Amino acid sequence: MKPSSFVLHIPTTLPQALDLLAGTDNARVIAGGQSLMPMLNMRLAAPDNLIDLNRIPELAFIRDEGDEIAIGAMTRQRDVEHSPLIAARVPLMKEAILHVGHRQTRNRGTVGGSLCHLDPSAEMPTVMVAMDATLHVDSARGRRVLPMREFAEGLMTTALLPDEMLTQIRVRPWASTNGAHFVEFARRHGDFAVVSAAALVELDRNRRVARASLALGGVAATPFRVAAAERALIGQSDDAAFARAAALARDSDALDDPAFPAWYRQRLSATLLAKAIRGAYARALAQGNR
Amino acid sequence: MSPNEHRITLNVNGTTREAIVESRTTLADCLRNQLGLTGTHLGCEHGVCGACTVLVDGRTMRGCLMLAAQAEGFRITTVEGLSANDALQPLQQAFWDCHGLQCGFCTPGILMTLTELLHDDPDADEEAIRLALSGHLCRCTGYQNIVAAALAAVEQLRGNR
Repeated sequence: MKPSSFVLHIPTTLPQALDLLAGTDNARVIAGGQSLMPMLNMRLAAPDNLIDLNRIPELAFIRDEGDEIAIGAMTRQRDVEHSPLIAARVPLMKEAILHVGHRQTRNRGTVGGSLCHLDPSAEMPTVMVAMDATLHVDSARGRRVLPMREFAEGLMTTALLPDEMLTQIRVRPWASTNGAHFVEFARRHGDFAVVSAAALVELDRNRRVARASLALGGVAATPFRVAAAERALIGQSDDAAFARAAALARDSDALDDPAFPAWYRQRLSATLLAKAIRGAYARALAQGNR
Repeated sequence: MSPNEHRITLNVNGTTREAIVESRTTLADCLRNQLGLTGTHLGCEHGVCGACTVLVDGRTMRGCLMLAAQAEGFRITTVEGLSANDALQPLQQAFWDCHGLQCGFCTPGILMTLTELLHDDPDADEEAIRLALSGHLCRCTGYQNIVAAALAAVEQLRGNR
């Protein structure tokens, strides 16, 4: 339960960190370490070089850039939790962050670290899929801008090349008439969810759904949008129609393991998605009535 | 020194301490093995049990999920730093009075979390206390008395204000 030996590098600027990442063998970056440190302690990861990003102030920020909110990869989960800007403009993220670990891990854990670890049941990747976030991926060679669904390639596998790191996450807030709701089911509070569901809806003048984004986490190798349910939701305004749309999530391909078989995840998907849609719709109505 | 060693200066419980650590040495191992502060306990060593929780600039963090070399420049507080001259703090006294510890293994981490919680939210209610404690495991399952102790400490501290 102790890490194998490595050399820790502590750069203080992003260019230094990128040069180290490009120039050292078998290197990994460490953000808050709330997922990577357990892997090091259990020797599931054994890098020769570890590049610490905690002394690079330029990587930690939450900025209002008008149409978009920019979040530095090293922004602590705690800072998202307490950000008035996130609460006002990206309420889905605010609601989801309260499900991430515990206060003791949110104090150190980062948004970027969670996205790069890409656990199938982690909340932040599900939110970023729902929000269609774009990610800035930097290396000494330059920058790539990737949509979240391309970044999340497979089970705990990102599109990052060995010399690249995630530096910034950009989300486009929905119009102020939207409603958002994030729900999950876990055996104990703070555990990784078995399934999580995120819903964003925007209403037209007749209080019908005009636009929807529905995402599921914990069901498949990576979080995904339930396109069929999104289409079925357009023009709807009652619980029965919401349940019919959510039931389409049962057709999703699902992970299968002895604790939670695929059929169980599929049924849970439909139930949680319906709950998320109802909650998002109620909040959108409340926004409209203000 | 080899490249995977670091000479570090840590501010622990208000005292400046120096140590030579390997890159891979966790903060918790450094506190226990190099600095002799064995009040910080190590249970699971992967961030789940919460026994190794310490304060880093007043914020709770897992001592097993942070490297000692990453802790330079921060104010580290361990359970040894909670009280001066063997006089128990109200929170510690409440644990004594309410039988809030059984074997005591998880207690240091829990005290650090409740120290942070009561600093942030001096009027913390049972729900807030249980939520904060959800980041800790007590294998004696003594949770009821731990919650009772925390609530007693809130009352005591309210009286002191």
